[in-house]
Amino acid sequence: MAASPQSIDDVAAGLRSVGYLPGESTALVSFLAAKLGKPILVEGPAGVGKTELARALSTYLGRGLVRLQCYEGLDEAKALYEWNYRKQLLRIQAEAEGAGWQEVQDDIFGEEFLLERPLMSAIAAEEPVVLLIDEIDKTDQEFEAMLLELLSDFQISIPELGRFEARTRPIVLLTSNNTRELTEALKRRCLYLWLDYPQLEHELAIVKLHTPDLDDAIARKLVEIIAMVRELDLKKPPSIAESIDWARALLLLGADDIDNEVFVQTMSVIVKHRTDLDVVAERVGMKLPVRAASAGQP
Amino acid sequence: MPRPPASRRAALYGATAPEDAPPGLAAHLLQFGEELRGEGVAVGTSELLDAFEVLREVPWTEAEDFREGLAATLAKSQEDRRIFDLVFDRFFFRAAELAAVREGVAEGGGIDAAGAELNLETLRQEIARALREGNQGQMRDLARLAIAAFGRQGEGSGVIGVDVQRIRRSLGLRAEAQPDLAEEDPRRDGLPRDAIRRFEALLRQELERAQIERTESLPPARPLNELDRALPSGPLQDLAAVHRVVAQLKRRLKTQGQESRGRKRHAHVDVRRTMRASLETGGVPVVLKYKPVRPRRPEIYVLCDVSTSVTSASVFFLSVLHALHDSFRKMRSFVFIERISEVTDVFERERDFKAVSDAISRDAGVADISGYTDYGRVWSEFATLVEDDLHPRATVIVLGDARTNGRDPRADIFATVAARAGRTFWLNPEPRLYWNYGDSVIAAYERYCEAFECWTTGQLEDFVKALTRPVSAR
Repeated sequence: MAASPQSIDDVAAGLRSVGYLPGESTALVSFLAAKLGKPILVEGPAGVGKTELARALSTYLGRGLVRLQCYEGLDEAKALYEWNYRKQLLRIQAEAEGAGWQEVQDDIFGEEFLLERPLMSAIAAEEPVVLLIDEIDKTDQEFEAMLLELLSDFQISIPELGRFEARTRPIVLLTSNNTRELTEALKRRCLYLWLDYPQLEHELAIVKLHTPDLDDAIARKLVEIIAMVRELDLKKPPSIAESIDWARALLLLGADDIDNEVFVQTMSVIVKHRTDLDVVAERVGMKLPVRAASAGQP
Repeated sequence: MPRPPASRRAALYGATAPEDAPPGLAAHLLQFGEELRGEGVAVGTSELLDAFEVLREVPWTEAEDFREGLAATLAKSQEDRRIFDLVFDRFFFRAAELAAVREGVAEGGGIDAAGAELNLETLRQEIARALREGNQGQMRDLARLAIAAFGRQGEGSGVIGVDVQRIRRSLGLRAEAQPDLAEEDPRRDGLPRDAIRRFEALLRQELERAQIERTESLPPARPLNELDRALPSGPLQDLAAVHRVVAQLKRRLKTQGQESRGRKRHAHVDVRRTMRASLETGGVPVVLKYKPVRPRRPEIYVLCDVSTSVTSASVFFLSVLHALHDSFRKMRSFVFIERISEVTDVFERERDFKAVSDAISRDAGVADISGYTDYGRVWSEFATLVEDDLHPRATVIVLGDARTNGRDPRADIFATVAARAGRTFWLNPEPRLYWNYGDSVIAAYERYCEAFECWTTGQLEDFVKALTRPVSAR
């Protein structure tokens, strides 16, 4: 099914139905992206559900997800298209005699010999897709410049073939961890969405959605502790995924309360650096009641 | 209520809204864009067009959606978003108030402090609770109550900022924990800092509203001050900011000067690209394509002044050093005052910034007798230490104020060091204005290196940006 949202509430409800709880502006911006056909630039700290948003959108809208993971040194050949030179060689050899040069040349630079890479396949798809360009900040500025044509006009120029226009318009999401400033030109073409760590109530809802069996009181305490941990100056603050992991771990262990002992034992789920562990144990662990407080229980 | 005369009305709004501006939302939006530009947000025509397109989809009657929709098109970074929010509040607040003044609408009294018996202690706790829960709507109502109760309307100081602080103090709203308060008091564990900020903003807004009603005129528009504009950050987060900038620095240094080198000193034939190129010649590889040379790791030498004249900056410098050590493996660092001392192993041993700075101040052994910087001696010692290791791929970064305390700067030794190293940078924590005044001899060194003014992360970022410029022929 290919849904086309009619209002912001539609989008919010749709995303919720596939297990993604959108924040206030997330639903709005997603709706605008679908309506206006503009790419979204999603920025925010690691682990706030930027990639997950693309996945949820694709599920909700019933579109395929095409993902391009960016890294340093990514180039056109791996992102856009490449000529299938092996096949081209074979073609040349197969018709070495007989066919004229011009004829062969026209032939080998046809679509048949084109290898589609993620960006190309996203706009060449018969059914509209969701295109996720993940961690755009990892690439060079040159690559950003290359994206501009695709993002504003949804077309790709191939020197040998001419302009290749999109068959269908994908919804494009670009994510960035904000490790470097993106170029103005790229930003200008996008809607901007800043995803931050969610508010307490929001995160509580997310945790409950993923671990419905967890006791309400513990879940609340869990997100409160996570919020406290995030306020510390850590190398890597815990992400939403990690609070869900932690909730699952607590469920598995059958913990009936988060006290100092349980916290110290399980905090490696949410804190992943040795120095961070010490800081968290000292600053947060101390505030939690020790086991003696709940020793009255059998 | 009599309407103010036309001439006065025109003066109210200053330059931001000429009296003859066309009415309607579009004109307001353009003015708003203009104001954002005035505050340094890059709003292009295409952004404004996008904003109009968004408004076709989003009803302007929904305040939150309206704001978010505009933000998504006009503010393209977190800093911009912050300024956007401030300007948005200011702009539409002023626009609404101006309309009210023009139409002669007054809100009428609000809450009469004398009439309603307000239990002050209950109010304090109510407000603290609302802050803790972050309930925006409730906070606005309570801000009015607070002004009614504590503001002593009419006899305020006349300066809104002072009144806001006085009300905040008499409410006892603090971010720090207040252990002497009662157990159930929500203020006991301290309140979230940003909630207090928001509450202060509401107080300010309500006070301004009251003032405008009283005087029937808008105060002159003023630009945002730096304090509002900056993202709220404590000293600890600055360390994180330094780390971020240094991560950028790493990226830049890694690729610098490699573009040209990569093609000249080729190593391996790239089969894929050669085959691809051979298609033009019917499958015969005539033109060989080479794999580009992988950039080598840069080698960095950092010298950091830790003398008393740069005390305020040395924490910053050490944090830069600390962050550099996180990013670069081939790096040697030195601290110096009168003599030089290598501290590379301290950084490798200790991961914690505080431990590092303690260790350095304890046993680096850099100050000899006087405790004054002796650049001449430092250069000659540095030259002997690293003479054989310096090569054109190395980068030397000096963090210091170049104040020699009247001693010989020995720029000649510095020149030989700079000549051996590929690039040499000097980061000076003093404003450029003070350079070469008193015993500062930065000019003597500046001939051999690129000097930058650097005492904030912003300037550090500028330095990193400058790194991408092609190496000038020196």
